[in-house]
Amino acid sequence: MKLFRALGSYLLLSALAAFLAAPFVWMLLVSLHPSKAPIPTIERVVPTRFEEGHKVFDPHFENYKTVLFDSGLPVPIFLLNTVFVTACTVCLVLLFTSMAAYGLTRLRFAGRETFFRMFWLSMMFVGPVLQIPVYLIVRSLGWLDSYYALIVPGASSAFCVFLLRQFFIQIPFDIDEAARLDGASEFRIYWKLILPLAKPALATVAAFTFIATWTDFFWPLLATNSLYMRTLEVGLSVFKNSYGGNNWPMQMAATVIVMVPVLAVFLYAQRYFVRGIILGSTK
Amino acid sequence: MKKSWAGYLFLAPAALHLFVFALLPIGYALFLSVFKWDVLKPNKPFIGAKNYVDTLTDSAFWNAMWNSTKFALVSVPAGLAVALFVAVLVTQRLRGMAFFRTVFYIPAVSSGVAISILWIYIYLPTSGLIASLIQMLNAGIAKANQLLHISLSLLPTDIDFLNDKAWALWALAFMSIWTGLGPRMVLFSAGLLGIPRPLYEAAELDGASRWQCFKQITLPMLTPTTFFVLITSTIGAFQLFTPVYMMTQGNPEDSTRVIGYHIYEEAWSRFHVGLASAQSFVLMVPLFFIALMQERFMRRRLEGFSIQ
Repeated sequence: MKLFRALGSYLLLSALAAFLAAPFVWMLLVSLHPSKAPIPTIERVVPTRFEEGHKVFDPHFENYKTVLFDSGLPVPIFLLNTVFVTACTVCLVLLFTSMAAYGLTRLRFAGRETFFRMFWLSMMFVGPVLQIPVYLIVRSLGWLDSYYALIVPGASSAFCVFLLRQFFIQIPFDIDEAARLDGASEFRIYWKLILPLAKPALATVAAFTFIATWTDFFWPLLATNSLYMRTLEVGLSVFKNSYGGNNWPMQMAATVIVMVPVLAVFLYAQRYFVRGIILGSTK
Repeated sequence: MKKSWAGYLFLAPAALHLFVFALLPIGYALFLSVFKWDVLKPNKPFIGAKNYVDTLTDSAFWNAMWNSTKFALVSVPAGLAVALFVAVLVTQRLRGMAFFRTVFYIPAVSSGVAISILWIYIYLPTSGLIASLIQMLNAGIAKANQLLHISLSLLPTDIDFLNDKAWALWALAFMSIWTGLGPRMVLFSAGLLGIPRPLYEAAELDGASRWQCFKQITLPMLTPTTFFVLITSTIGAFQLFTPVYMMTQGNPEDSTRVIGYHIYEEAWSRFHVGLASAQSFVLMVPLFFIALMQERFMRRRLEGFSIQ
């Protein structure tokens, strides 16, 4: 009975996994078809050609080269922009939110609870309300179409402050009290004692920020204008509406190029995601 | 005294950011919403509540709100049910569950634009992935008809899901079940693992069936998790944007014009910034109410824990 149930579970799970993974497998295979090939039917989805009457596997890896260097779009620039913006954002978020969480949990000052409530409250402001005024504020700062516009609005996050605060509270207070009695400065305690102990939580924040920034579409679309300031995600939508057109193999190759780095980070850091989601739900 | 300024110093960057990019914008949006603020026109006259009156009497706005409501009413319960089912499966004590958890999470971390392009193909008539699968199914049905001398009708393969008014919104909802599965599954898994095992053992001794255990123990014990997932998913559903922008642009016949996309167009295609601000505040009222309910509920739950 038990074996039967386990077998059933595996069958169900495999079917579900196939349903979830099939589009990705299809994407990879289509990206290897010759450029401008029509959309293949399911029997012909594996790229092949005839050689002496036999079907042989015929992948067109040159599609990737074409997308990266010969598509008429500065794809390497998109990639560099995305890497630079994401790296800066992750570093700034880690620094600013961990400092705030340290202040909110380790230090006493008037209005601390009010500050915390404001962070908490701001998490309820939803995207559509903020998009217009943030755009106008960034415009009046003269930052539109620059790295400032892409980085600064995302340089801190109430959600991450909240997440880190939940974690910092669990770190025993004796540790920093002892250091304080020994005359250590607050910055030293924060940098040398608390941050090393908070590594798992910081990794969660870094992982979340990485994915959110790398895959952000709406804000870079609004905040940038010139082709050379676009990120990969916006670049992909430009590509679809220009060179990619109805060229499905090229579109899929571009899609793979955008997705591979995020997937790699996710597979490498997946346990931090799981922890972050659970921390975020225990309010 | 010394500690006091250190606290402000540590908080300063995040607090300044919060002020400039969250609190100030809310005030700014409120300010914009009482002006006839058009990006292209130099004079922006004060018009009081007119934008709000226009919003509340605008049938296009209510059509978009209704589309978002329909989308949420279908995609949220269905997404929750699928995620709970998957979570029950992957929290079993079996080998290889970590592998399945990873596979199920991948769509949630993939880029929204890439996913949208992928699903345009999946929904293409005749040559798309779904149409291909239906064709294979039809071949099977035809064979069965021939062998058994029956006449089952074949399924249509030419449905243009994204350009058919009857299908487009549901096609987007179906896709969102797929993309939203990962985080929901993780949350339900955590909730399931938090239920004390002795509860099940006691129920089994009393001869309860698995379905009874699920109904009498799992579901009630999961209520806090379910509530949390329900609220965050609902708020997320009302903010749907990227798939609509990439796949349908609100077409056909405005059937997929959801509120997030409608506000975007009002502000950035028609340049009615004041009106769009008013619209986003009208949208925020129910969302804020939902979020507040969540906070109340969570606080009560925390207090419940501290009493124990």
